[in-house]
Amino acid sequence: MENYRGCFVGYAQASNLGRHYPCLLRCPSTMAAAATISPPCALLSYQGLRGALVSTRTFQSAKNQRQCGRAVAAPISAKFDLKPPPYPLDALEPHMSRDTISYHWGKHHRGYVENLNMQIVGTDLDGMSLEDIIILSYNKGDILPSFNNAAQIWNHDFFWESMVPNGGGKPSGDLLELIERDFGSFEKFSAKFRSAASTQFGSGWVWLAYKANRLNVGNAINPRPSDEDKKLVVVKSPNAVNPLVWDYLVSTIHRIAVCHCSLHIHRFI
Amino acid sequence: MSANTMSYHWGKHHRSYVDNLNKQILGTELQGKSLEDVIVQTYNNGDLHPAFNNAAQVWNHDFFWDSMKPGGGGKPSGELLKLIERDFGSFEKFAEEFRAAAATQFGSGWAWLAFNPRPSDGKELVVLKTPNAVNPLVLGYTALLTIDVWEHAYYLDYQNRRPDYISIFMEKLVSWDAVSAKLEVAKAQAA
Repeated sequence: MENYRGCFVGYAQASNLGRHYPCLLRCPSTMAAAATISPPCALLSYQGLRGALVSTRTFQSAKNQRQCGRAVAAPISAKFDLKPPPYPLDALEPHMSRDTISYHWGKHHRGYVENLNMQIVGTDLDGMSLEDIIILSYNKGDILPSFNNAAQIWNHDFFWESMVPNGGGKPSGDLLELIERDFGSFEKFSAKFRSAASTQFGSGWVWLAYKANRLNVGNAINPRPSDEDKKLVVVKSPNAVNPLVWDYLVSTIHRIAVCHCSLHIHRFI
Repeated sequence: MSANTMSYHWGKHHRSYVDNLNKQILGTELQGKSLEDVIVQTYNNGDLHPAFNNAAQVWNHDFFWDSMKPGGGGKPSGELLKLIERDFGSFEKFAEEFRAAAATQFGSGWAWLAFNPRPSDGKELVVLKTPNAVNPLVLGYTALLTIDVWEHAYYLDYQNRRPDYISIFMEKLVSWDAVSAKLEVAKAQAA
């Protein structure tokens, strides 16, 4: 586990109808004409698990990550696209209605994309990857205007990808091993996740994340290690904040593992 | 603002802040204190005590219902209008600032017209926006008017169209009488 590199995507709380949906890895390409692409989660393979994607221990280089996605020419304008969920809008019924998803994705998520594009045009953020915009505009907590829109795009892309038709059930393989190692049992993790999701006051998100132990200087040893380093953690975040920004020193190689459920009210109505 | 919205917003959300606060303060030193005292104490200069969110939300919602009336809207008059014109330039400029605050409060929160008893720039009236449960009490101001911009306040009637909700609030719902009455109290206390 010490050499483990990689990340997970979590699984939906949908009911299990006993069907296996192979979850194809999509390397999210969030820019219309991007020279480089930084996907939010570098999944290396899938194991056909119901609703869960689990990485192997194979190391994937940053270069490979960037190759994932469309080959594109030099950008004319660096506008972000609204990426659709990886399933039809009615695919999560009866648990999440087509109506909800068409508002949530079609209006809210779309609004963040449109507003970010308006905000960055002609600025030095224009042409940057989404993740770079997020980290830069998080500005160590003193957030700049484009942060909310940028982070919300990323958060919502990830949210749709965190679910799958006929998802739910339990994880397995490496993911289950780590959950059992770091939470004691799947049930304990689940209770913690649900509790975090119920107690995030106001708008926000809940995450399953992998907390690395990094500094921004190569080969340095973190002088303030915590018990949570190199472990899976459940964390909650307000508004548009996400785990990327808490470990903003994340390199292009290591990715924070997340699975989250959105607690903004529009997700429920 | 539909009856459906009111029965959820008041009957479930507001009610649960009351129920949850009562559970939280039972048997503690907060029990028996006034709501405003509980709010200020649990705000704890920003390092929130668990009861703050519920206490402040009880107060905020009481205030919100009082900020509206059937057949509301229009313009204020008298002393309130004078002060608005003095501190914002015109009623229209105030309304624009208030709507902008309400529209740009990201995530959950409130927009306020408030009275600052000790203004450094001589302007006693201010427009504020606050996140989640925070309100002008804890910032040292006296609240005069509020609009709830948590999504639960408008989603059933307006979905994601918050600006439409804000417009209707200003045009059809705001109770300037209530705001004027609160201003009188605020000025008397400041005097």
